[in-house]
Amino acid sequence: MKKLTFASVFSQLLLLLFVIAWIVPTFGLFISSLRDKDVLAISGWWTSFTTTEVNEIYRTKGKEDQIKEGDYYFIKSNLFDENQGKEIYRFGITSKNIDEYEVGETALFKDETEITVFENGDYVWKSKEEFKKKKGKRIFVSAKSPPSFTLDNYKEVLLKEGLGQAFLNTFAVALPATLIPLIICSYFAYALTWMKFYGRDLLLATIIASLVVPLQMCLIPVLTIYNDFGALFGVSAKSYPGIWMAHTGFGLASTTFLLWNFLKTLPSEMIEAARVDGATHYDTFIKIVVPLSIPSFASIFILQFLWVWNDLLVGLVFLDKHPSEIILTAKLKELLGSRGENWEILTTGAFVSMTVPLFIFFSLQRYFIRGLVAGSVKG
Amino acid sequence: MSIFSLAITVLVGVLFFVLFFHLSNFLLDYFRVKASKNFAFENSIRVIIFIAPAFIVLFVFIIYPVFETIRLSFYDKVGENFVGLFNYTWAINDPDFRRSIINNLGWLIVVPTLSTFFGLVIANLADRIWWGSIAKSIIFMPMAISFVGAGVIWKFMYDYRGPGDQQIGLLNAIAVALGFEPQAWLTIPLWNNLFLMAIMIWIQTGLALVIFSAALRSIPNETLDAARIDGASELKIFWSIIIPYLEQTILVIWTIITILVLKVFDIIYAMTNGQWQTEVLANLMYDWMFRGGGDSGRGSVLAFCILIGVIPILAWNLYRHKQEQKV
Repeated sequence: MKKLTFASVFSQLLLLLFVIAWIVPTFGLFISSLRDKDVLAISGWWTSFTTTEVNEIYRTKGKEDQIKEGDYYFIKSNLFDENQGKEIYRFGITSKNIDEYEVGETALFKDETEITVFENGDYVWKSKEEFKKKKGKRIFVSAKSPPSFTLDNYKEVLLKEGLGQAFLNTFAVALPATLIPLIICSYFAYALTWMKFYGRDLLLATIIASLVVPLQMCLIPVLTIYNDFGALFGVSAKSYPGIWMAHTGFGLASTTFLLWNFLKTLPSEMIEAARVDGATHYDTFIKIVVPLSIPSFASIFILQFLWVWNDLLVGLVFLDKHPSEIILTAKLKELLGSRGENWEILTTGAFVSMTVPLFIFFSLQRYFIRGLVAGSVKG
Repeated sequence: MSIFSLAITVLVGVLFFVLFFHLSNFLLDYFRVKASKNFAFENSIRVIIFIAPAFIVLFVFIIYPVFETIRLSFYDKVGENFVGLFNYTWAINDPDFRRSIINNLGWLIVVPTLSTFFGLVIANLADRIWWGSIAKSIIFMPMAISFVGAGVIWKFMYDYRGPGDQQIGLLNAIAVALGFEPQAWLTIPLWNNLFLMAIMIWIQTGLALVIFSAALRSIPNETLDAARIDGASELKIFWSIIIPYLEQTILVIWTIITILVLKVFDIIYAMTNGQWQTEVLANLMYDWMFRGGGDSGRGSVLAFCILIGVIPILAWNLYRHKQEQKV
């Protein structure tokens, strides 16, 4: 063991500070997505772990629930619709004085009816005469609310806000937009590495130049092609195959480059031996190169999949905002505009969009990092 | 669409490409057996089968569009009439454009610098602490999240309520706890750019971190031990051994983040949509692409400006590739 020096304590503290600064934003979002929407709107997420004091308004039941006992009419019920574990400590019957009475005390309304509210929300409302109003009276309560979390926001967001459909749409975009480039680029990279043909070096240089070409340079002409194509064949310019090919195009250079980087590390004797034995390039590719490349396929798959899953721009340009085509990021941006103050929807929506990336991240982190490092240190 | 029809679409799309390669190679082998053994001919057909799909995609989606965009930047909004340098002179005189250029420069200076710096510092700290790999995982995690998702996370952090209300955004809650007035952070010109950049730094530090971690392992232990025996402090080792050793890596990370920053779009589009003087080129370009039915001339000029930013990196990459090929 190393000695506990000032320097090592200091560096541990510094690192801890970084870790806290990096995790807190995401953690806050996650906690918020699990909170009740009314509480979320008025208190910070960091208060959700402790018992908080809340002031709320409830309404008693009306005449339909009254029972007669002896000379008096009673309405006995509970203020809370469901038990949330809240503990009332004061209550009031007018908005001017919302915590006039201690819990258990009896308050007198103007119409000479009496009400007693208990800690757990039970109340007894007593009257000499029959209750006539359908609507009950407002009761103001000050309650201690224990930490409580709920999955209601997720139900709401997935089913009512259309995020469930957007989730499926994103899969329908991301899977082919990852597999198609992987398929065609593996052949391409093989040809660039092991086949001899005129213009190979030029092609390789083009790939390396294309690596850094900003996406924005390509959007307008490609969109024009799509519009012309759509008009010519009478189909929609915005479609799933369209966006698959767009993602394939924009991811082609990096996928090819990463694969080429990997393939050239394979021993050339092995490939040549296979060729001498009469194997065609296709046989060599399928039977020797592909099995050896599985780990690098995995890395590239993850990189491209995450890139497509997280993309917003390509999805905005090449897909409709119609519910059957909208992707998660575009939907989330839409919600930011239309439901900007509904933090329960935004936080939950954002977390839903992050589930798949986070799952991949935690389960396949090694491949993810390997892909990133391979793509950067060399290129 | 239902899960079922989506799944069918996906399957058909992917199978199409699998079958293309399989069938075309199968046909080639089939005819090879029949026809005479003309190897050169067979080989060139095979080369075409292998590279044609990728090349067509590359041409349609990258090569042609790059030149077409440059051409369009000299044409009017529908791309039909030649207007010379009109779009360029418009851009130079446009206040939004100038604002974008300044903002982009700000992003280019701040984000790569701080991400690289934090990445390097954290990689060094984490390397020597037993819980370092957990720390690295946590700091790396934002890399997996979308920019829009990160936008929501940070918009929540920056949330603003009036001075009397309870703050639900952490940053304002801290400000109030320290006795300051709460601020609507994203609407304060100039400063709001920094708050947007913070998001990008939060994401990209993870990238710098993992690459530095990998590179740190390649520093020979003997060198470090020798320095320690000679009595060099950790800080001295960091500046005099580690930094010079990682020079190449620092440069690479810098360029990767620079390219990313030049294209930055999602964060600004989601957070402020260019309001309160936060426009950047990519955002303005998207705007012009669709504004008033779309203006391909102006949009192209803006895209071209982004390309100009990456040209030095492009040239450097090609140069390095050439050097590597020689070896």
